[in-house]
Amino acid sequence: MTEAIRNLWTPLATTPLVWLVVTLAAYVLGCALQRRCGGSPYASPVLSAVVVVGAVVLCTGTSYATYFAGAQFINFLLGPVTVALGVPLAENFTYVRRNIASIGPALLAGSLTAIVSGVGIVWLLGGSRGVALSMAPKAVTTPIAMAVSQQIGGVPALTAVFAILGGIVAAIMGEQMLARLQVADWRAHGLAAGVAGSGVAAAQVATRDELAAAFAALGIGLNGLLTALIVPLLARLWV
Amino acid sequence: MPTALLILVGFQLAGELAREAFGLPVPGPVIGMFLLAAALLIRARAAGGAAAPVPLRARQGPTTSLRIAAQMLISNMGLLFVPAGVGIVAELGMLQKEWLPIAAGIVGSTLLSIAVTGLVMHWILRAAHRPKHDAPVEALPGRAS
Repeated sequence: MTEAIRNLWTPLATTPLVWLVVTLAAYVLGCALQRRCGGSPYASPVLSAVVVVGAVVLCTGTSYATYFAGAQFINFLLGPVTVALGVPLAENFTYVRRNIASIGPALLAGSLTAIVSGVGIVWLLGGSRGVALSMAPKAVTTPIAMAVSQQIGGVPALTAVFAILGGIVAAIMGEQMLARLQVADWRAHGLAAGVAGSGVAAAQVATRDELAAAFAALGIGLNGLLTALIVPLLARLWV
Repeated sequence: MPTALLILVGFQLAGELAREAFGLPVPGPVIGMFLLAAALLIRARAAGGAAAPVPLRARQGPTTSLRIAAQMLISNMGLLFVPAGVGIVAELGMLQKEWLPIAAGIVGSTLLSIAVTGLVMHWILRAAHRPKHDAPVEALPGRAS
């Protein structure tokens, strides 16, 4: 039986199609799992898919290069989806203009805090330079975070995982913490979720309030732009 | 749909070209995002006069198919991170060795950033509201702070 499986698997394992199917299937399963859990941010489909696919890759002794030969078709869409974020950014532009006096400083302060504290904490606790650089852009939406990480010499895979975990932290603890700090305005809640926790936190806050959802979308788009501008400049200073 | 795809990939290419040509430190797709947003705003403004831009959702033509394609990509964005995320299997050693700075960095900086963003926004909104109303902030409807 195992012999038969091995005879079937060995030629298949190197074809791109298999890894495309495995990746898609793991993600579809992950989405079903999250629906089962009532949309809980703990059950991130990205995280569960990465764990499942990673386990399959490790257990079958497949090299990452072989896996990526199939998965690159999905990976390629990271570029177009980043460009696509320009559409909601343009649609929400009237919000930006109307609230620029409050959004601007809050965005700048929150963005710098995320970058500097992320790198600073890793550095203080004795983390390596590669981890610190991978941490720098982790607050922004994952495709931008990964592109920035690549640009400054971080590890994009680490950044992707940090970004997703950071989003989960923000989704789970963000609202409670802001409530404790006496922040009640939904615009502030939304912007904070978008700036610090990108898509995962934005999806959570969007279920609470419509205005918060719009400001979260703004936070994602604007912080993506700002971080992509600031981090490479800061990284050049930190040699 | 081909038009929408062409727009997205075209702007990505334009972003990459701009990055190369001007030696910008910003990733090409981010420049593409900015260029696309700018182009959409200019288009909306040209169609709706110089005043307030027409909401993009009210428009027909390529912008509509672009909106649909963009929404489809964005709502399934999670899938697109999986291939790169699986690259973590090559970094398991690093994760094991540096789990403390990593965990502290993710939790600490995310919470700090939420607090700072939320508080700064909150203070500015409150300061902006005060001069308009002489009543104390607590008395304003819908403001629980």
